[in-house]
Amino acid sequence: MKIMITTRGDFVSPRFDMSSEVIIATCYDQQLLEEPHSLILSNVSAESICDLVLKENISVVVCGGIEEQHYQFLTWKKIMVFDAVIGPHAEVLKLVLDNSLKPGSILSGVTSREESS
Amino acid sequence: MRPMKTHFPELLDAIPHGIALLDRKLCIVDINRSLEGMIGYNKDEVNGVYGDFILRTNLGNNDQVCRKVLEDGQSVSREGNILSRGRKKTPIQFTVSRLHDDKDNPTGILIVLEDISALQAKGAEFQRDDQEFGVLGHSQQMEKVFELMSVLARTDASVLITGETGTGKDKIAEQLHKSSQRGRKPFIKVNCGALPAALLESELFGHVKGAFTGAVNNNIGMFRLADKGTIFLTEIGDLSLPLQVKLLSVLDDQAFYPVGGSKKIEVDVRIIAATHRSLRQEVEQGRFREDLFYRLNVLHLHIPPLRERDGDIRLLLDHFLRLFIAKLSREITGFTRKTIDKLNRYHYPGNVRELRNIVEYAVTICQEEKIGTKDLPQYLIKPTKSPQATPANIVSSSLSPLSPPAPPEQPAEAGTGGWAEVEKGKIMDALLKAGGNRSQAADLLGWGRTTLWRKIKKYRLT
Repeated sequence: MKIMITTRGDFVSPRFDMSSEVIIATCYDQQLLEEPHSLILSNVSAESICDLVLKENISVVVCGGIEEQHYQFLTWKKIMVFDAVIGPHAEVLKLVLDNSLKPGSILSGVTSREESS
Repeated sequence: MRPMKTHFPELLDAIPHGIALLDRKLCIVDINRSLEGMIGYNKDEVNGVYGDFILRTNLGNNDQVCRKVLEDGQSVSREGNILSRGRKKTPIQFTVSRLHDDKDNPTGILIVLEDISALQAKGAEFQRDDQEFGVLGHSQQMEKVFELMSVLARTDASVLITGETGTGKDKIAEQLHKSSQRGRKPFIKVNCGALPAALLESELFGHVKGAFTGAVNNNIGMFRLADKGTIFLTEIGDLSLPLQVKLLSVLDDQAFYPVGGSKKIEVDVRIIAATHRSLRQEVEQGRFREDLFYRLNVLHLHIPPLRERDGDIRLLLDHFLRLFIAKLSREITGFTRKTIDKLNRYHYPGNVRELRNIVEYAVTICQEEKIGTKDLPQYLIKPTKSPQATPANIVSSSLSPLSPPAPPEQPAEAGTGGWAEVEKGKIMDALLKAGGNRSQAADLLGWGRTTLWRKIKKYRLT
């Protein structure tokens, strides 16, 4: 199973259509088969990311905000989409492997409260 | 960092736009209720989260805009969009400003998010309107008009639009109103030539109940309807002298008394007037008040006739062809070369209105792929002398005497005359061939003898 996370720095990017970088991980039986690799995209657009998802045979997409039409397209292509996810992508990937990620999750490490505490 | 606190949540919630307060690390301190609706998160969920993760704007990666505002303190207003948790994209006008404490130290950022989806939809509607009803032209003469229009739209002074019939004075007045500051206010059009003087007065200035027989109700009148907007007085040259006086006083005082009323009504109206007559000539002949003429003629816009607009005929032909093909669901690809030549040579006394009607006629009549000369109205087949040749019809761009426009062609007569000539010729040819024998000539023409006799009598060929 291949997982794609749209990223910005160490976090899931806030918007699917404005992501210029993605991380692709391959796993089997909740284990990573290899080190996840990142791709820098030449074209920043939702359409080019959708194309990449199909080309790379991705089964799970994790992203921040996504437009309804792109979400519907991906789910129509039988791709599982976890959208509106906020958090560090390493943490997010662990949750995907554990089958415990939910759409709309706000993970730790993204608030100033945690920093000040 | 000491987190900012908002002591006025009710005030924030009362603002009809989305408001986000961010601290110096650009993490959310507070959001108002409008923004909760826009983004699909409530304030407790997002408190302390890095703002861009929640707002999901397209204002550049890594919150460049907010960082810059925090750095230099210069407020920024920019158009963009946000993506909500519910996957909805909303066009937004962002205004980002820096917040300070008592000692002028920056404490954070205030973002105002104004939903402009309704405005954008309205804008698209205007564009559609423009495509269908706007003024088209790429000739030098029209470029000058468009340039002048953009200047006139920025002012609030009265405008006088002159031009021959069918040049689009009404549309230009409407465009002027739409692009002026009064664009969102009413645009009221009054045809001064359409009503008798007494009725027009009541129509323009309104009347009070009982002012005259039949005045059973109060009527507020067009001027009050156009308050804060624009009133467009078309065919101002047809306005009667007493009404001209009253109009002059409205222009001077921005106030008037309704018919039968004793209370002065104040209005804030911009006046755009149009006429196809030469107002200067009307003034000389004593039919138009000189003072009103100078009052209206603050800014003057002259629309050139179509025959003087180089290259615009082709542009308009193509435009109206597309329009009517779509409207009448026809499968026509264009005009034949001969038709184009004929239409380019025609002088269009009725200007754009006439050209539009010709195209509509041709699209309706045409049964082939391309519009040929036979699909044009009959009066075009034998063009009459161009009014350009008659000095009385020359319209200058200044307010030189404008002659009344040439009377429209007499299509019916011209058409009959053209056919009559052809028919006469045919009869003469047949009679010559038949050596004067009417029965043989009738056979040659495929008519009965009586028909031929009737036609000979009609054309006085005996």
